[in-house]
Amino acid sequence: MKGLFIICGLGIFAMLAEIFKGFGLKKILQPVVLLGIVVAFVLNILTEWNNPMSISYFNNMIVFDNFALAFSGVILATAFFWFVFANDYFENSSDVTDHFALVLFALVGALMLTAYKNMTTLFLGIEIMSIPLYVLAASRKNDVKSNEAGFKYLILGSFATGFLLFGIALVYGATGSFDIMVIRAKISAAQGGLPLFFHAGVIMMLVAMCFKVAAAPFHFWTPDVYQGSPTVITAFMSTIVKTAAFTAFIRLFLVGFGGISEKWEMVMAAIIALSLVIANVTAVSQGSVKRMLAYSSISHAAFMLMGVLAVQPGMSIPGILYYTLAYSVGSITAFSVLYNVSKDSGEGFEGFNGLGKRNPVMAFCMAVAMLSLAGIPVTAGFFAKYFIFATIMATSFKWLLVLAVLTSAIGVYYYFKVIIAMYFKPADKTEKVPVEMQVMLIMIITTLLTIAIGVVPGYVIDMLGNSH
Amino acid sequence: MRGILLQSAIISTPIEWYIMLSAVLFTIGACGVMVKRNAIIIFACVELMLNAVNLLLVAFSSYHSDASAQVFVFFIMAVAAAEVAVGLAILSMIYRNLKSIDINVLSKLKH
Repeated sequence: MKGLFIICGLGIFAMLAEIFKGFGLKKILQPVVLLGIVVAFVLNILTEWNNPMSISYFNNMIVFDNFALAFSGVILATAFFWFVFANDYFENSSDVTDHFALVLFALVGALMLTAYKNMTTLFLGIEIMSIPLYVLAASRKNDVKSNEAGFKYLILGSFATGFLLFGIALVYGATGSFDIMVIRAKISAAQGGLPLFFHAGVIMMLVAMCFKVAAAPFHFWTPDVYQGSPTVITAFMSTIVKTAAFTAFIRLFLVGFGGISEKWEMVMAAIIALSLVIANVTAVSQGSVKRMLAYSSISHAAFMLMGVLAVQPGMSIPGILYYTLAYSVGSITAFSVLYNVSKDSGEGFEGFNGLGKRNPVMAFCMAVAMLSLAGIPVTAGFFAKYFIFATIMATSFKWLLVLAVLTSAIGVYYYFKVIIAMYFKPADKTEKVPVEMQVMLIMIITTLLTIAIGVVPGYVIDMLGNSH
Repeated sequence: MRGILLQSAIISTPIEWYIMLSAVLFTIGACGVMVKRNAIIIFACVELMLNAVNLLLVAFSSYHSDASAQVFVFFIMAVAAAEVAVGLAILSMIYRNLKSIDINVLSKLKH
């Protein structure tokens, strides 16, 4: 909770920095935000980790238990890396402070989503996270593509919110409460005697959440929005927003509706199968790396959904935690390389030609990120997939496992297209792609992290061992 | 006297009718979002969807004699207002760049 307050305060500070321009607050904005995120991270762990007292706020609407703190940790760590590599984008834009404030408030929404225990805070968290992102997606005012991305995101986002709210209303009608734990108790007490509209509500909430995490067939906005938005914002959407949305998903479906999993698991299995096939097959034919990463994020969403589908909190939650960490760290590396390369030579695959000779270190970081996203051993991505597969093995959905392995094989092809371009294709230019020192440092740190958590995966998995 | 009559009429109406009414309103809104080409009408349809939810929540609130759903309605109203504010800002930006609010002009991103 203290972390949440600090991030809120930073957002307000960013807005004040615009008003008090004369005091030079704009210059120190980025260091202050980075420091604030570190303080939030440390305070969260020091004061609330494993602390049975004072974890519940506002009549149980927000509960910072270990589950919430672990996922907030992933989000805050990703946000730290993100703020370092996105600094360049902020410096070049005319309204730095607005962008900082919007991103920080989106972060507040993301942290709320990790800790909600009530459907009111679920709804508010999703909206606090989404509304700044609509603005950020459209933040290149004179670029029609950016406008289009923001508009599509807004329309489809509020459409999905409508479904979420209708679902919430129906669930409330059947159970008489917005509290996740009360709903859980009502479900187990009713023994299947709940009215039909309750199940309709659960399915509507499932559809809305699939919109938010971008799973097929509700993924249509993803490639367009990811491509049209500024690259740094795309990186934010595909890492932090996805992690937060999945945390919300787990809380809702594993904890809240876990008791009636037989009603929604077939729908979810169909969504996962569709996402795996559509995302991986479509990604192959993309000419732009950014669009390819958008489709890859859809297939990663399908993998994380498999963890939810298993409905075994003891295995699913650590598995998904590890997956979000591996995926976020890998994506941050990939997007920061892509951002720097695209400034120099565009977003297509040909922009990466000969990068292995031009910038050997950056090419190595990108290669490790691609290997991790493809799930090749020793990188974190391999164990992430492995834990999810182990979870789904214990259920009756083994056919999904076969499908997942087959489509991952297709995935290897398009991730390797980048690696082949970097190392085996001749470069059009010979001079280095210019990269700032601190961004280079972040790339190296995230790459090392990808390898490190791939070598000692047990550390992350056991972290949550005693929390439920 | 009229007030009491009205109140008893509201309470004696079965809850299923409210569910039906808001489901119909919600469906009209959802169909409008998918079919209409004018961006302003699309926003209006999203609002219709949200108001269908508000109606349903208020009906359930009186059915359960529980005020929390009415508080939820206030949250929905506030958030819907924020969303429309952002939406209209983006829309005016699009109009400035493209001189149109027909969503068919928005096809610059390749499929």
